[in-house]
Amino acid sequence: MDDPHHGRVGAAVHEVTRARGGVLRLAPALTVAVFLLPIGAGLIGTALPAFGYLPAIGGRAFGIAPWRELFASPGIATAVRTTVVTGIAATLVSVALALGFCAVAHGRRWTRRIGGMLAPILATPHAAVAIGFAFVVAPSGWIARALSPWLTGWALPPDIATVGHASGWPLVLCLVAKETPYLILMIAGALHQVPAARHLGIARMLGYGVTEAWLKVILPQIYPQIRLPILAVLAFSLSVVDVALILGPSNPPTLAVLAVRWFGDADIANYFPGAAAACLLFAIVVGAMMAWVALEHAGEAVGRRWIARGTRSGAASIGARAAFAMTIALCAGSALAIVGMSIWSFAAQWRFPDALPGSLTLGNWSRLWASLAVPVATTLALALAATLIALLLVVCCLENESRTHRRAGDRALWILYVPLLVPQIAFLFGAQVLLVSTGLDGTFGAVVWAHLIFVLPYLFLSLADPWRALDPRYARSATSLGATPLELLLRIKLPLLMGPVLIACAVAFAVSVGQYLPTLFAGSGRVATLTTDAVTLSAGADRRVIGVYALLQAALPCCAYLLAVALPAWRMAHRRARWT
Amino acid sequence: MRRTSVPPGPEARAGLTLRGVRIAIRAHVLIPALDLDIGPGECVTIMGRSGAGKSTLLAYIAGTMEPAFSAAGQVAIDGVDVTGLAPEQRRIGILFQDDLLFPHLSVGENLAFGLPASLRGIPARREAVERALAEAELAGFARRDPATLSGGQRARVALMRTLLAAPRALLLDEPFNKLDAQLRHDFRRFVFDHATERGLPILLVTHDVADATAAGGRTMTLEA
Repeated sequence: MDDPHHGRVGAAVHEVTRARGGVLRLAPALTVAVFLLPIGAGLIGTALPAFGYLPAIGGRAFGIAPWRELFASPGIATAVRTTVVTGIAATLVSVALALGFCAVAHGRRWTRRIGGMLAPILATPHAAVAIGFAFVVAPSGWIARALSPWLTGWALPPDIATVGHASGWPLVLCLVAKETPYLILMIAGALHQVPAARHLGIARMLGYGVTEAWLKVILPQIYPQIRLPILAVLAFSLSVVDVALILGPSNPPTLAVLAVRWFGDADIANYFPGAAAACLLFAIVVGAMMAWVALEHAGEAVGRRWIARGTRSGAASIGARAAFAMTIALCAGSALAIVGMSIWSFAAQWRFPDALPGSLTLGNWSRLWASLAVPVATTLALALAATLIALLLVVCCLENESRTHRRAGDRALWILYVPLLVPQIAFLFGAQVLLVSTGLDGTFGAVVWAHLIFVLPYLFLSLADPWRALDPRYARSATSLGATPLELLLRIKLPLLMGPVLIACAVAFAVSVGQYLPTLFAGSGRVATLTTDAVTLSAGADRRVIGVYALLQAALPCCAYLLAVALPAWRMAHRRARWT
Repeated sequence: MRRTSVPPGPEARAGLTLRGVRIAIRAHVLIPALDLDIGPGECVTIMGRSGAGKSTLLAYIAGTMEPAFSAAGQVAIDGVDVTGLAPEQRRIGILFQDDLLFPHLSVGENLAFGLPASLRGIPARREAVERALAEAELAGFARRDPATLSGGQRARVALMRTLLAAPRALLLDEPFNKLDAQLRHDFRRFVFDHATERGLPILLVTHDVADATAAGGRTMTLEA
């Protein structure tokens, strides 16, 4: 930066730019390598044992024996059916609710703060929400308590199946509650790309109500931009493990849980059917995505005919209004779930039909404090490390983009989404095999890398738009004042983008805190975080203990988000104060 | 359909009426009090600098005014007060500087979007669309993507889409601005011919004197 041979103006600046571009130019390739290589290697590493090849445990003969074993295992047909039904139902309902919600809410004043309103639900890890939901819908949960004994006559928790119901409805409910806000946020972002207000105005002039106009005029224009997020929701819903462990059916469980069980079995021969199950899940996800694309085509044809008929009946807006109400109810349900488990963490005693605990105490917390220290420290360290590395890589990629004036295209977007589209279990086992063979499994670095695979895309996706939207004239005027590219980045761009950078980091932090399966596999079960502990405990520990873990797990990302919002505001207030 | 009344017959048509329309932003009054009667087939032009409140007046009449403005006064069409109605219930057509054709629909689908649903059946609707295209000298363009059309062609499609919705008044918000001189002349004729032929009251706002001259009717100037 202080190279004395370069002047600080004109051609010299260009020369410096070109020289530094050389190093930066490696950034995109490095970033892609960080997550594509392990995913690719992991997929192969899972596919080989699915066909009998895993020399480390004596599998040398290629064959279809693992598949035979998989299809002969009891309940496999049910497991596949439950997986497909719950995954597709959760996706369809989430998409329908998110679209209906946005169609009704569009243009209302409070929607300007929608991102902030949804942030607590989005930041709370899936496992924490699932634990909260389990408490609300369980036979001994809040709903049953609210109705007992005056309505139901129950003095003891009834012997009915809710959590773990064979149909998987609690799993679907929790997924919908978590994925709908995510899709709403994605739609809100896509709306900036189209002249929504003007097109809606025209449609209203032609006699269409706002909601119907939104569905006919705005939705088709934004759909291409929410397509990848929807596919990510589909892949996630089909392959989720932590939520399915907490709320899903257990005998047989969903396919992803079945694979995890086999991989965790004491009998290592079960790795083979486990790998086959993971590959089958991968095939199911690919098949479901192809079915979704077919559905899109059918939907487009039907939609065009619907639009061309010119109906202004408002029938669609009734459906949208119902979706709006259901979305609000689900968000309220999520909030209730989180409040419920918070109360459990402070409950001294909470007998069955009582709606609230008899007395509150800090005893649960003080009793657990010693055993919490390690998982909390590990969770924080992993999240901070993954976030910082991801931030460095993403900033280098974006900076390379603005220096070379070449923006990453659609293909790059697909690459970014790969970790969100491939079922985790389909590559994590293979990646673990590789880690074991190199002796890296269970190390801090291996887990950070596993988190990075998922943290990177989210950080990139949340930072790219504000970065690209930064007025280029700031950079030009700074350059003309003699700033080198590095000074420009550190003293102009990053400070100007402090708000979006912090929000992106908070998102990345939350993603890391919520990771269950990557921590389990890359850590070989030896790295304990709040999330892995919470999921393990949810299988049957004292509710008060589960409450403590779940609340902490939810609190960490929410604190990160609050910090990200508060810091720039505090800095601004501080600066203004100096002038007045 | 949520319409307040059956459209009256031609003898009952009183056109567009404004009574005591007042528009302000915060303490700044843009239009103090405007009374205006525009008969069927008549065109009134309102001139004024940008920021004088021209577009806001049209938005108030159409029912789509930004909440930052405050406004009062009555808007009536053919003697029926529409001030309390939602924009989609007013049946007022409007054309802007930008054609605002929907990019996800073909030219024909854009026009079908404007056609009322009361015209039933695919063949009948297709025929109405073809007729409108022929009127706009765009016969055979139904399947085209709006993006492949020239500026003048797009402007004509936008007008036909508005007219197919059978409005009872037409508002023009500087729709000729973006077209070059020859096109502007042709499109002006096209708009006025079609609107007067349908007996629509027209309210044009512009800052271009040539527009006002071409419109040929009364001209008012906003001073604010």
